[in-house]
Amino acid sequence: MSNIKNIPSNKSFLNDAGNRSLIFQIVLLAVVVFVGYYLFSNLQANLENRGISTGFSFLNEPAGFPILIHLVSYTESSTYGRAFLVALINTFVISLLGIILATIIGVVMGLARLSKNWLVARLATVYIETMRNIPLLLQMFFWYFAVLAALPVPRNSYEFADFLLNKRGIYSPNPIAQDGFGLVIIGFILSIALAIGVIVWAKKRQTRTGLWFPAYWSSLGIILGVTFLFFAAAGFPLEFDLPQKSRFNVTGGMVLPPEFVAVLVALSTYTGAFIAEIVRAGILSVNWGQTEAARSLGLRDSLTQRLIVLPQALRVIIPPLTSQYLNLAKNSSLGAAIAYPELVAVIMGTTLNQTGQAIETIGLCMLVYGSLSLSISLFMNWYNKKMSLIER
Amino acid sequence: MAIEFKPSPSLPPPSTAVGPVAWLRQNLFSSPLNVFLTLFSIYIIYLIVPPIIEWGIINATWEGASKAECTAGGACWAFINVYFEQFMYGLYPSEETWRINLAVILIVLLVGMFAIKAINKLFLSLTILLIYPVVAYFLFAGGVFGLEVVETSRWGGLFLTVLLGVVGIVASFPLGALLALGRRSNMPVAKSVSLVFIETIRAVPLITILFMASVMIPLFLPEGLNFNKLLRVLIGITLFSSAYMAEVIRGGLQAIPKGQYEAADAMGLTYWQSMVLVILPQALKLVIPGIVNSFISLFKDTTLVYIVGMFDFLGRIQAANHDTNWLGTTVEGYAFAAFVYWIFCFGMSRYSMALERKLDTGHKRN
Repeated sequence: MSNIKNIPSNKSFLNDAGNRSLIFQIVLLAVVVFVGYYLFSNLQANLENRGISTGFSFLNEPAGFPILIHLVSYTESSTYGRAFLVALINTFVISLLGIILATIIGVVMGLARLSKNWLVARLATVYIETMRNIPLLLQMFFWYFAVLAALPVPRNSYEFADFLLNKRGIYSPNPIAQDGFGLVIIGFILSIALAIGVIVWAKKRQTRTGLWFPAYWSSLGIILGVTFLFFAAAGFPLEFDLPQKSRFNVTGGMVLPPEFVAVLVALSTYTGAFIAEIVRAGILSVNWGQTEAARSLGLRDSLTQRLIVLPQALRVIIPPLTSQYLNLAKNSSLGAAIAYPELVAVIMGTTLNQTGQAIETIGLCMLVYGSLSLSISLFMNWYNKKMSLIER
Repeated sequence: MAIEFKPSPSLPPPSTAVGPVAWLRQNLFSSPLNVFLTLFSIYIIYLIVPPIIEWGIINATWEGASKAECTAGGACWAFINVYFEQFMYGLYPSEETWRINLAVILIVLLVGMFAIKAINKLFLSLTILLIYPVVAYFLFAGGVFGLEVVETSRWGGLFLTVLLGVVGIVASFPLGALLALGRRSNMPVAKSVSLVFIETIRAVPLITILFMASVMIPLFLPEGLNFNKLLRVLIGITLFSSAYMAEVIRGGLQAIPKGQYEAADAMGLTYWQSMVLVILPQALKLVIPGIVNSFISLFKDTTLVYIVGMFDFLGRIQAANHDTNWLGTTVEGYAFAAFVYWIFCFGMSRYSMALERKLDTGHKRN
């Protein structure tokens, strides 16, 4: 070693890997900082020229535009901040419902495509390949402009039981809580506590004695039964406000506006097709030997699926499923194109147009979507960890 | 006398085990549940297929100048017929559309030349990537050799859709490769810059990026300097798709066994030599199907440019739906759009599957 050290090195400063990486990084950092500074200074100059003040003070000013779908109270005189809240809730609601529906559609279609029944498998394939290969925006337009807009006017609504279906949306009876409904809620909470108790007890008993108890079915029975008992004891404190047809409109009832229906249907059928493929791939990834082993242990088919195949398939399914959920949440922004008042439509559309606060509004939107994505992926990572193989 | 043992010929399998009847019994009617499912499926097919055939083919009107001439009660394909040119080329002047066709024929010929063995593939690739875009740009935009200038605001229809998709994917490729290398690099600055860029872009929907491109880019540029809208949207799409491309390429880089990196180092190759000569060629081969899949989703996502006011294929159809001569042809328009998008996307996804099989040369470690 010492000999080598004594040889005069002809290595120049630049030939050393460490130095080179240091120089490269300094240059990269300088470029990033310079570009950032350049863009920022341009931005400041431009904003000054246009007389746009920066900051979020506009959120306290009255918005002055109506939002058709709002779950919290909102009027035209509400502030931009309130409008932001309304839009945020609309985005969350459509994403959450979309995720639930898409998962159901995806699981059903994924299993159907694996069905031994030739016809069912072919039908599921046709569904999946059609939905996946047509742009989501086109599907939304189709549901909104071609299907829902072609429904009859309120006067000629389709009626099913107490439900009405027309151009203005889907009307359903609106449940109105009467005095004493609090008792029912108490009963419901009580029944859930009871059901959890039963499940815990059943699990403990099974580990202790090996005896099996149908805990899930009985807890479902407990929840329904106890809640109903309280409901009856309180004297059925629930009335329904039925939708009534009038000449030009429908009064009363609860309404799902067509924008909402179109976005929800398009999002869930589109994402459902992708989830179906993920489910199929997940189930196919479980070695057939596992099923054979389960059968040779004498497990029923349903137990084989539930205890052996599904837990192993879930490990493969969860990571791509997460990215589909993320996609769905991001794709809910396409609702802006058919005037569903979600985040992009309200904030980057109307608010941006009215106030000109481009940086703040776009920043706000990116922040919301960023945290939405982050929270979904954190939750799914936690679930993934819970389901993943614990190796010795 | 030797008695030769002659087995009698085997009986044919019973008709319950082979033939169409057996197939039906096994695949459609094996259990009560299956019988129910089969009947249910047949009912669904009965509900959907005959009305569509009746509406779309039997009762359809193929020729005509307005909705009033569609009297057969079925689809009014005359609408598509009349608007066909606009759907394909947008508002591009109709006497100039040969320029778009010529560019398409040129690229098809150029790509087709890969099949000829005598031609140097590197030279051909460079021609396609460097010379062809310039030629195509001047063909589309005009202004040289006496070609009439066509403003980009008149570009539209399927032409614009394909243009956005292809330019987006081609331009995002080098950027995506750099970002992928950056994310896997040992240098903290390069790593964090790539990481922040990729994750920020992937966390937000394409619409926000498009809004940003159409509204915010002018704010970030010095006074007086401005690009036209098409270029701004193209920049947005390229940045967006480069983040996804980076993740696809990173997947390929991760699939290369460590020995390849070490071997390249042992040969004394520099970082860029080892990447360009050893790692990337192998990694890219692995991710070609992934790139095709990104292209499919980008192709579908280009429809979003309609929201920022550009009239791509879907945008043109949406605009044509408002023509008062053709009120009530919404479904026909969407059906046609769906058909075209489906052909493109389904075709590409089949192509990517075939590629995956063809490129699977067993480099993966089992």
